[in-house]
Amino acid sequence: MYAQMIKSEATQDDPEKLAAFQVRIDAGDKIEPKDWMPEGYRKTLIRQIGQHAHSEIVGQLPEGNWITRAPTLERKAILLAKVQDEAGHGLYLYCAAETLGVTRDELTEMLLDGRMKYSSIFNYPTLTWADMGAVGWLVDGAAIMNQVPLQRTSFGPYSRAMIRICKEESFHQRQGYDIMMKMANGTEAQKRMAQDALNRMWFPSLMMFGPSDAESVHSEQSMSWKIKMNGNDELRQKFVDQTVPQAEFLGLTVPDPDLKWNETKGGYDFTGPDWDEFFDVLRGNGPCNKERLAARNKAWDDGAWVRDGLMAHAEKKRAAKLAAE
Amino acid sequence: MSTADPYFDFLCRMGDNTLILGHRVSEWCGHSPVLEEDIALANIALDLIGQTQMWLGLAAEVEGKGRTADDLAMLRDVWDFRSALIVEQPNGDFGQTLMRQFLFDTWHLLMLQGLTKSCEPRVAEIAAKAVKEVMYHVERSGDTVIGLGDGTEESHTKIQAALDLMWPYVGELFTPDAVDEAMLAAGIAPDLTEMRKTFEAQVSAVMAEATLTIPDSRFAHKGGKSGFQHTEHLGHLLTNMQWLQRAYPGANW
Repeated sequence: MYAQMIKSEATQDDPEKLAAFQVRIDAGDKIEPKDWMPEGYRKTLIRQIGQHAHSEIVGQLPEGNWITRAPTLERKAILLAKVQDEAGHGLYLYCAAETLGVTRDELTEMLLDGRMKYSSIFNYPTLTWADMGAVGWLVDGAAIMNQVPLQRTSFGPYSRAMIRICKEESFHQRQGYDIMMKMANGTEAQKRMAQDALNRMWFPSLMMFGPSDAESVHSEQSMSWKIKMNGNDELRQKFVDQTVPQAEFLGLTVPDPDLKWNETKGGYDFTGPDWDEFFDVLRGNGPCNKERLAARNKAWDDGAWVRDGLMAHAEKKRAAKLAAE
Repeated sequence: MSTADPYFDFLCRMGDNTLILGHRVSEWCGHSPVLEEDIALANIALDLIGQTQMWLGLAAEVEGKGRTADDLAMLRDVWDFRSALIVEQPNGDFGQTLMRQFLFDTWHLLMLQGLTKSCEPRVAEIAAKAVKEVMYHVERSGDTVIGLGDGTEESHTKIQAALDLMWPYVGELFTPDAVDEAMLAAGIAPDLTEMRKTFEAQVSAVMAEATLTIPDSRFAHKGGKSGFQHTEHLGHLLTNMQWLQRAYPGANW
């Protein structure tokens, strides 16, 4: 899940309009940018889509960390294509957010000065090549778990962005698993890398779904507006149930001694992540928070002259064209 | 400095240029000035790495010693690389990256257009695929050079400095040596001296629109495509690129 802990904004709109809006949502209508919508719906969506977009952008960094060191030409090409897809997802999502009356530059500035967040997972380091497998397998796997239902979300542009994104994400997940297969069936050192990647990425992946529903006080309004489709615990359970057999197939051990199949509930019992660690990461104390934000700030600051130059040129061309008419 | 087979050397030149430049461009991932540039740079790097697979794949076949494209990319040391000096130049600022790209792209497109008429059908085939991608590269890098040259005073100053810095690396691309002459004589590759005339016309037109001044010097660094004397930068680039293959020999990735 790329958007975590999105608080629903309070809304103070005309109760009649609100009721009519809810009828449209309940009937499964898609809300389009020009339609009336409650202020809280608009603001919550800006936060959610914006955070999702930022996650795609910051998410380039941990994978970009390995593009130059990819072990073969084919792996390098696949990773480049993947990171390019992520940047493309960021672009669709910023466009979807812009239909709600915010600009991409405004969103970017809120990311850079810390007013907006991105997914906690990208504050963890990528230390070996196996991490490229684990990111695809676990991180994209968790993202898909959340994004597939969001294809049915009530806001039209977001729903359409999700449909495109999901197609590419499932391809990424397969690529990640393919790397893990090679590693898990490889040399002793490669097996060790694969297990180490799973050890480090497992709990941060479980955190991607956000804290337990019992503690998520803001979910209810988002669920009724259909901008959140499932509970956090439900999706986390589904992810564990799907992923454990995949780990077994790889011959890897999920780093949870209490993991056990529960026949009665038809799912695994498992240990939840350390939520203190999660909140520390959100507060900026994850292993890579400072580097990630510093890298994005540097890119933005160093690029200012390029953006200004290209804008100035476009303006000159426009003026020249007008003068010629 | 060349190996016994100029055809093998020539194929390595093509593949090493795309490999090293693709590597350099991929270093921008996540760090570029604007999201559209992140996407475009990744796309260009991807095209270049794809072309590398084709050129080095053919080189390995022609060599006939059982090596693969990956072996050539990951297990040769600096002196065996046949890439021109321009592609191993560090990224510098975005202006330097784009100027390096534009100058290389313009050469690359002319070279590939010539190679589509090669008497070696495999070469003509690869060139025909690559030429479609590189037409887009040169259009984009040319437009960006124009935009930055004719943008603000700051962008103009920076992109002019980039042109001054990169220009001495252009000559090597067009100075024929024994390998180039053998390729021309065999009908495999086009005439570099002829190509340079078209290059100068094309580059001059873009620079004029960009309000940039081409340095009044034909001085050219050399030693990349022959492998005689690369810059210090290439060793560091290879250290990074080849690390996994060197640290874990024989592993399957």
